Amino acid sequence: MSTETTTAVEKKESLFSKKNRKLLTDPLDDSNPITVQVLGICSALAITVQVQQAVIMSLAVLFVMIGGNVIVSLMRNIIPDRIRIIVQLVVIASLVIIVDEVLKAYSPDISEKLSVFVGLIITNCIIMGRLEAFALGNKPGPSMLDAVGNAMGYAWILLAVALVREVFGSGAISFPGVGQVKFLPEGWFYANGGFYENNNLMILPPMALITVGVIIWIQRARNRSLIEEN
Amino acid sequence: MKALHKLIEERVKPNFTGEGKLKRFWVVFDALETFLFTPGHTTKKGVHVRDGIDLKRTMFLVIVAMVPALLFGTWNIGHQYYLSLGDITTADPWNAMLLDKLIVGAIKVVPLIVVSYATGLGIEFVIAGMNGHAINEGFLVSGMLIPLIMPVDVPLWMVAVATAFAVLIAKEVFGGTGMNILNVALTARAFLFFAYPKQMSGEIWIHNVMASKAGGVLADGYTGATALGHLANTVGQPVSGEVSNGVMAMFADGGLFSLMNCFIGTIPGSVAETSALAALIGAAILIWTGIGSWRIISSFIVGGLVMGVIFNALGLNAYMTIGPVHQIVMGGFMFGAVFMATDPVSAAQTNTGKWVYGFLGGFFSIMIRVFNPAYPEGVMMAILFMNVMAPTIDHYVIEANIRRREKRLTAAVA
Repeated sequence: MSTETTTAVEKKESLFSKKNRKLLTDPLDDSNPITVQVLGICSALAITVQVQQAVIMSLAVLFVMIGGNVIVSLMRNIIPDRIRIIVQLVVIASLVIIVDEVLKAYSPDISEKLSVFVGLIITNCIIMGRLEAFALGNKPGPSMLDAVGNAMGYAWILLAVALVREVFGSGAISFPGVGQVKFLPEGWFYANGGFYENNNLMILPPMALITVGVIIWIQRARNRSLIEEN
Repeated sequence: MKALHKLIEERVKPNFTGEGKLKRFWVVFDALETFLFTPGHTTKKGVHVRDGIDLKRTMFLVIVAMVPALLFGTWNIGHQYYLSLGDITTADPWNAMLLDKLIVGAIKVVPLIVVSYATGLGIEFVIAGMNGHAINEGFLVSGMLIPLIMPVDVPLWMVAVATAFAVLIAKEVFGGTGMNILNVALTARAFLFFAYPKQMSGEIWIHNVMASKAGGVLADGYTGATALGHLANTVGQPVSGEVSNGVMAMFADGGLFSLMNCFIGTIPGSVAETSALAALIGAAILIWTGIGSWRIISSFIVGGLVMGVIFNALGLNAYMTIGPVHQIVMGGFMFGAVFMATDPVSAAQTNTGKWVYGFLGGFFSIMIRVFNPAYPEGVMMAILFMNVMAPTIDHYVIEANIRRREKRLTAAVA
């Protein structure tokens, strides 16, 4: 869980002050929700087989996150402390249902591929974590920036993992609205007398875990301050 | 020897030390120099006894123990190739076309070894250079084991990818030689098994068998499947049904997979896993030199036999009716028991733990191969599984020891 429980700043402050910009950029690297805080792993493993699913998932999380953070931040002074978790859950669940219905209406095939994982956004620890750690103690403006930052931090990991898995696992790249484009010539494959084969392990869930692990490895090799001392 | 030593010390070494031109490649020099001469390191503090058997010599002895399996495997590749073409018969397996067999075998095996070592050592050298630590010898054995457990006709680039994956993900991530949780060579094999299932199963166990079949020159009855592949077909079939009877005929005396053939290893399979005899010679070398754990090897074999006996008693399908001794000489069981399970890094460390580790490894090997036809070679899965379990086993062995001593102490005091 994050440590940024900064209390609301009383004096007037520009929305894009240095401190607020940090809210946007920090989750991309130094306090990335997936690679540093290790939250939201389940969805990162489950829906990164294709880029298009990852894109939709990222957009859904972005929407729920902004909505949740802003709404909870607006209500932060009237939510009784004892029932705050249940209030947060109701807010998130309503937003997730909106996302789910929209997906079902406008892109049923992707909705089918994402299956339960749209519904499971409700339990995505990143969203709850940001509500608890940030929105409850900050004004709507910074809360929105925090939501965008964290959703982006989540999204770029998802997209990176999905890109690796789809390129090496299926020899293709997909995008919502375009569908899957196979860019490797058919003649390359063994079935057609070629020399290449897609890596089936990339499609299996363990490889998502390993890919996330490799990203964490690279990140920590570049940024030594992230390495825990034991 | 003296002249060589002088040449290295005076002419070659200065290039790599201090301000020499090649000082960035010191780790490479250091690794290669210690192959020739025992390093002159002296202990600065603490214990003052240095064993001549250091990591490099240990690894080298394991390689020596693998030589029988390697040589037999090379011969067997050629043997199976000419058998599949019908150029020779099973009646006279030893003398006919000996040189041709070895040449065919060498053409398949040498590139595998070169690719495995080039990829693995390349990565090790780069990472050691980056981190500035000495190159470890751990890959000497892994790099030799990887080609030995590959199917004969596996594409070389797949071997390279698998080796790179195993060295990076199974070893370097955890801190290099001596820190890995999983056996590196088996990780490479498991990677290939899951990544390229089409290339890792079916008719790849005999050199060129697909092309021979397409060209119509394949001898009758040859499919190029392994013993375990054939047996996997009987799972789910009645014990004495048509399919089962056809398969079991191959395992009876005089069949391709008779007990004797499986023991000696004149059957299709991965490069060097087919011969239980060669693996046992390797086991003798390892145990005699004290490098391989006899506890693991023997308990592994016992575990396999016990599971075989249990299956015999159940006898629910034809696979289960194969005798326990026959079970453990087929496939990679013996090779795994001798060279994979005994990996000193990933195996259990305590003596009692080694018994448990080996026994369960052998037990699960036979269980997986019989219960799950999708994983014909259960040995790989079983050993990797036990690698993961080894620290837990050690933990309970140590806890039990502590409790036992505590009890003794309280008894003595009271």
